[in-house]
Amino acid sequence: MRRVAIIGVGMTEFGELWDQSFRDIGIMAGFEALHDANVSSEKIDAMFVGNMSAGRFIEQEHVGALVADYSGIAKNHIPSTRVEAGGASGALAVRQAFLSIASGMHDIVVVGGAEKMTDVGDAEITNIQSATSDQEWETVFGATYPSLYALMASRHMHEYGTTREMLSSIAVKNHKQGCLNPKAQFKREIKLEDVARSPPVALPIRTLDCAPISDGAAAVVMCPLDIAKKFTERPVEILASAQASDTLALNQRRSITEMAASKVAARRAFDMAKLSPSDMDVAEVHDNFTISEIMAIEDIGFFPKGQGGKASLEGKTSLNGDIAVNTSGGLKARGDPLGATGVAQIVELVQQLRGKADKRQVPDARYGVAQNVGGTGATVIIHVLGVEQ
Amino acid sequence: MTKTPRYWRENTSRYNMIGAKCANCGKNYFPYRTMCPDCGRKSIGKMEEFRFSGAGKVFASTVVHEAHEQYEMMKPYILALIETDEGAKILGQIIDAEPEEIKIGTRVKSTFRKLGEEGKAGTIYYGYKFVKE
Amino acid sequence: MDAGIVSYGAYVPRYRISPVEIGRVWGLDGAGYGRGLMIESKSVAGPDEDVVTISVEAARMALKRAKISPQKIGAIYVGSESHPYIVKPTGTIVAEAIEATPNLTCADYEFACKAGTAAIQTCMGLVKSEMIEYGMAIGADTSQGAPGDALEFSASAGGAALLIGSKDIIAKINATLSYTTDTPDFWRRDGQMYPSHGGRFTGEPAYFKHITSCAKMLFQKVGTKPQDYKYALFHQPNGKFPQRVAKMLGFTPEQIATGLLVTKIGNTYSGAVPLGLSAILDEAKPGDRIFVIAYGSGAGSDGFDITVTDAIGKLDRAGTLPVRKMIESVKQLDYGTYAKFRGKILLSEG
Repeated sequence: MRRVAIIGVGMTEFGELWDQSFRDIGIMAGFEALHDANVSSEKIDAMFVGNMSAGRFIEQEHVGALVADYSGIAKNHIPSTRVEAGGASGALAVRQAFLSIASGMHDIVVVGGAEKMTDVGDAEITNIQSATSDQEWETVFGATYPSLYALMASRHMHEYGTTREMLSSIAVKNHKQGCLNPKAQFKREIKLEDVARSPPVALPIRTLDCAPISDGAAAVVMCPLDIAKKFTERPVEILASAQASDTLALNQRRSITEMAASKVAARRAFDMAKLSPSDMDVAEVHDNFTISEIMAIEDIGFFPKGQGGKASLEGKTSLNGDIAVNTSGGLKARGDPLGATGVAQIVELVQQLRGKADKRQVPDARYGVAQNVGGTGATVIIHVLGVEQ
Repeated sequence: MTKTPRYWRENTSRYNMIGAKCANCGKNYFPYRTMCPDCGRKSIGKMEEFRFSGAGKVFASTVVHEAHEQYEMMKPYILALIETDEGAKILGQIIDAEPEEIKIGTRVKSTFRKLGEEGKAGTIYYGYKFVKE
Repeated sequence: MDAGIVSYGAYVPRYRISPVEIGRVWGLDGAGYGRGLMIESKSVAGPDEDVVTISVEAARMALKRAKISPQKIGAIYVGSESHPYIVKPTGTIVAEAIEATPNLTCADYEFACKAGTAAIQTCMGLVKSEMIEYGMAIGADTSQGAPGDALEFSASAGGAALLIGSKDIIAKINATLSYTTDTPDFWRRDGQMYPSHGGRFTGEPAYFKHITSCAKMLFQKVGTKPQDYKYALFHQPNGKFPQRVAKMLGFTPEQIATGLLVTKIGNTYSGAVPLGLSAILDEAKPGDRIFVIAYGSGAGSDGFDITVTDAIGKLDRAGTLPVRKMIESVKQLDYGTYAKFRGKILLSEG
């Protein structure tokens, strides 16, 4: 297997982008990444597009072809593939690109993640979100996507004493980070009390525990490590890519206070990278709900089981904490355009490892890990990135 | 617009809480599966229909305030993962109870209610919900 | 061949609304209406309940007590005036939910408030002719009264199921007959949400005429008088009418007390007599005789002469509640919530 590097990144602002269509945002992120990589679109060998549900949001399937077309390279007839794994569609696209380069099949590959969520009404967005859980046995019986995470939170609070305040501290931290991210959807701070007082969604989850509805796109350009220096002085290497699946519905999971797929994917990734959680300097995890971040930092191995809440409340995951988690603002403040998130996480890690994260910079960041989740944990994809010293 | 066959197909399972039991290892599952995840190939052709009694206890619960359209009339409502007496867990709404009355461990039994309808002119679909024992 | 009740089950939703609360919204003397109708409160179906769910709950209870295999049920008839579908039977959903499919006959009945008792008669015929072994007759309703109309104070929700057979009978139906005429006292046209009625025309020429005529026919057929009965049960659109007709026929207040549920739960329409009968069977002893006259607008009365058998003590009531206990568990509603549950509020269409 060849070693794989990222040589360029780009992303749109995340937010309610009323003036821009799905095509607009997909292309913008891609061009920014190509410009960053100093690669002309003629050189692209393959494209992977992470998109969860364009078919329902904008009634458009076949977006692999669409993105390649509107990037101007339909005439090059490259293979362009759309992949889907719920909210993990972005990371899945990164993984597929990684595999295609590592295998020797392609050289220069562009990965885009994009979602245009605001072209449908709120009720329909709620419906689409729940399509990644079990429609027949969860949604039909009254489950909404947040309510399933609320069940996990309820159990986590019962088994480990996780508190309302611990959950709130995640949202507060991530909003603080969002203020430092020019591309973030929310650039305002919030207080612990704001979260606890926000309207209930599915208790204990409240509005400010939840990532927002967002439009946005992110892109990365990848190539074999051994030619990366032609494009950039400091290539960032993908040291590991791991993916794991689990039961679709919560009722069949062994435990609902963790995501087994996260634990397995993390172990596989660290094994592949020959690193451990304590080697990580920065992490981007899937905080679609505040409880998700608590479970993620436990599952990945940063903190012992059940201690994630306490660690967060004590500031151990802040910018200058033991491990900087979600320096980008996370899904909560950066935004969560479903198929774009996984790629945006990689974009943040790349900027951190290049030393280009500006006011969000973790000093001397050398290794980073990204965790992207689909559904209620039925798919988890983890990438470990690193730079030479 | 109409998803009638999809709902019709699950009627028996939803009306009567019918899942599966592996004749090879005895473990029960909900919903029905054609293969036991533990026994793999040894279970093919050996999965029996298994009727859950509907009795169990609350494993985890939440109060849903923002609901899908067909549950609009019921919000806020209690949604719970029920650990059945037979072993498998089943997700469902707990009705006829206030949130304060439902805790992890509270015993429940199943009942029959309307789950939703495909609009004013479409079919109505029914299934299990839970009440306190 | 004998035919009678083998088992029974009942279900009344737990929601209630009081006449005072209804009157408050419509500028009517709710307390006065309550006194006049002798109704303290009426039962209201929750948003996830309908005639199907009520019928299933009642039928499941009847089966739980009977301990027979549902596959032995050869017929299911559900009588109601608020079936959720105008076309597509309630009965088949009930059949599936009690695992009685596929070897059975089924249809839905409508005859205003006596559709459930008409179902009993049909099941008796099928049993006595040995065409089926057991039949399930269900009367259930989630009836609506027009907002602010007198009927809104009484139209309520509930139902009961009677399992009819010839073996292990707990209450033998000695005789049944009906008095039927074309009398338009109360009706609802297709497409109309609320029924219409003839005001005072619903009294003497309708309810009283049919019940008393049917009662007299029944006394004559079986050769009995009011004193021969431990219990009497009449259709109960309010508390006053059954009291008055009982007195007219020579029954005492004590005889009708057990079956008179309307004061607590309102008029459950097709469920009224089946529920009243269930309440009586909850306490009746072997040898007790029961006189039942149902009434349905349109119009007709079904009469039954019933004798409780020794087998009633053997009915397994474990895990089931008597009707009067079941209706103690209540949740009071304000008019707004009641209107929301009953679909009386105009919702947005988009």
